Amino acid sequence: MWSKKDLLGIRNLSKEEIQIILELAKEKKAQMQKPLRRKHECVLYNMITLFYENSTRTKMSFTLAGKYLGMQVSDLGVQTSSVNKGESLIDTGFTLDQMGVDVIAIRHSMTGAPHLLAKNMKASVINAGDGTNEHPTQALLDMFTILEKKNQIENLKVAIVGDIAHSRVARSNIFGLTKMGAKVVLGGPPTLVPSSMKSLGAEIAKDIPTAIQEADVIMGLRIQKERQKGGLFPDLREYAHCFGIHKELLALAKPDVLIMHPGPVNRGVELTTEIIDGEHSVIYDQVENGVAIRMAILHLLTEGRKNYENFDQTRIYYRSFYQERRDMRYFNQEWQNSSCTTTNIF
Amino acid sequence: MVPGLIDVHVHLREPGFEYKETIETGSQSAAKGGFTTICCMPNTKPVIDNEIMVEYIKLKAEREACVHVLPIGSITKNQAGEELANIGKMAEVGICGISEDGKSVENAGLMKKAMLYAKMFELPILDHCEDLNLVGGGSMNAGDTAALLGLKGIPVEAEEVMIARDILLAESTGVHLHLCHVSTKGSLDFIRLAKQRGISVSAEVCPHHFALTEEAVDGYDANTKMSPPLRSKEDVEAMKQGLKEGIIDIIATDHAPHHVDEKNCEYEKAANGIVGLETAVPLGITELVEPGILTPMQWVEKMSTNPAKLLNIKKGTLQEDRIADITIIDPKQEYEIDVYSFASKSKNSPFHGRKVRGKVLYTIVDGKIVVDQGELV
Repeated sequence: MWSKKDLLGIRNLSKEEIQIILELAKEKKAQMQKPLRRKHECVLYNMITLFYENSTRTKMSFTLAGKYLGMQVSDLGVQTSSVNKGESLIDTGFTLDQMGVDVIAIRHSMTGAPHLLAKNMKASVINAGDGTNEHPTQALLDMFTILEKKNQIENLKVAIVGDIAHSRVARSNIFGLTKMGAKVVLGGPPTLVPSSMKSLGAEIAKDIPTAIQEADVIMGLRIQKERQKGGLFPDLREYAHCFGIHKELLALAKPDVLIMHPGPVNRGVELTTEIIDGEHSVIYDQVENGVAIRMAILHLLTEGRKNYENFDQTRIYYRSFYQERRDMRYFNQEWQNSSCTTTNIF
Repeated sequence: MVPGLIDVHVHLREPGFEYKETIETGSQSAAKGGFTTICCMPNTKPVIDNEIMVEYIKLKAEREACVHVLPIGSITKNQAGEELANIGKMAEVGICGISEDGKSVENAGLMKKAMLYAKMFELPILDHCEDLNLVGGGSMNAGDTAALLGLKGIPVEAEEVMIARDILLAESTGVHLHLCHVSTKGSLDFIRLAKQRGISVSAEVCPHHFALTEEAVDGYDANTKMSPPLRSKEDVEAMKQGLKEGIIDIIATDHAPHHVDEKNCEYEKAANGIVGLETAVPLGITELVEPGILTPMQWVEKMSTNPAKLLNIKKGTLQEDRIADITIIDPKQEYEIDVYSFASKSKNSPFHGRKVRGKVLYTIVDGKIVVDQGELV
């Protein structure tokens, strides 16, 4: 049985938990593809998508995943909300929590923002990307795609190429893939591939050809222009030339190599168009699998919530912050007593 | 019984940020923590950069503070790093040193001029060392833990290049340079070298830099966010070694109160600093004296005698012709730190719930008991 209130990162998931999600996603993928097979298991639950950063894929994927399960899904349009009047993240969270929301999928530009919400509210929080930290659902869908195409993750060589320093996708994938027994090799300009990544269990290649030599999977990462504070590489032209992946380079990898990319892609920068649309590319499978993975996660989290339903109905009003913190401790105690454990941040 | 403790590095927040702390509550916090004299940093609003502000602090302190408060003036006007503050005028009405705390004077030329000027008035420079370009928007120590947590790191060089620069400037100007909240092993190496070369430098360390490592950041509790950040295990060990060897002369708290709203928020957005006055004694006793890193006398030197020497004030010893600033500590008493018992207006401490030994029982300021049996009078 699922035992976590929130999904904050791959770092605090066990290998077994990852396997449970990947297994369930298989079933969900079949459901999502055939409307008549959809079961609406989560019809009693609702979800709010709270996106402080722009998103096409992740947000719509969460929304549709929820809807395929029969959930009520609403979006808090951050741009038109009280956030624009200066309301803080925690106050926004408290407000949503008091309205009885069950699941919040949050994307935020700051590391730890979902953890802050999870600590302070009763809703289950899903991290849909926080700063430069994690993007767990992306890593799960990537692992699902690899598993689907290769039937295994263990012992594969996965090369992740590009802006590792600013990439939460890379970090979640490093945590996940190494847990599942794959060998992860990082490539990119030294200014974008911090040597401390070694401590997470990844290898750092001296150049791009070494990174993709004999690789089973190559993941390109978007050069995140909006995160660039300048000075990390000279310009896109030089980047594409020195670090972009093109057809000739691909010959170094295994013949059945998979090309992946979390999107959105800068065509002609990190990958050339012929590779993006080529035979090795599984970029569109990734998008489809994203919905299945998110269905699996929503299913598991709402399943977990059933165990403490009675407590959930007696919502506590916030008297003061300190009082609230004590209530939350009590709340988390309750959660544990009902044979569930909370995320390990407590 | 020890001479009244002296903290050379305190933020009282008044004027400008009274919601975090005031001279009154800050001094009460100091008294409860065993301090009889505290030096307040000038990064208030407005900044303490002229004699009027100094007079204001002194008057306010006289009226409302229960311990001695010595103001520190800023190095540049409005701490903007452009023109020198009215250092001479401030010296006339009584400041104990100058500091740009919260940041460094980025312009090395201006810093050198400030040193030359301050020397004439025999003021020490209390130097916050941090190169903002190297900090680069980081919010914790750079390294494996930052990699694990996905937070942008602040490299040790951000502190060390400034320490090295200012030591060189101090050598050429001859001013007394006091290096605030030293936190890295590399910084200590520079300071050791400076002392060997006979340069007039002293250094302080904060209790959190010898009592906590960067690993405390896991969980994103913003009460572990400070500047300089919590460092690695090796750095923490180096701090203890530096204290033992005498490279570090002073333990100062960098008492930095912040409102709960500035801490219960996104880590990267949260304010830097923690309250320190009420945890310095137990942390010093538990982490330094009990494991035998410092003898009780050495610890008292770093908490009282050496700070008095730095400030050039007749304090820090128990003898006949001095005013009666005395602290009485029960070094054996064991308890859990409870932030809600703090006299400080703010409760931002990562030490909540930590088991410690050493409790301040009495604080006597100028012959008057201000803390009796651990409670404010």
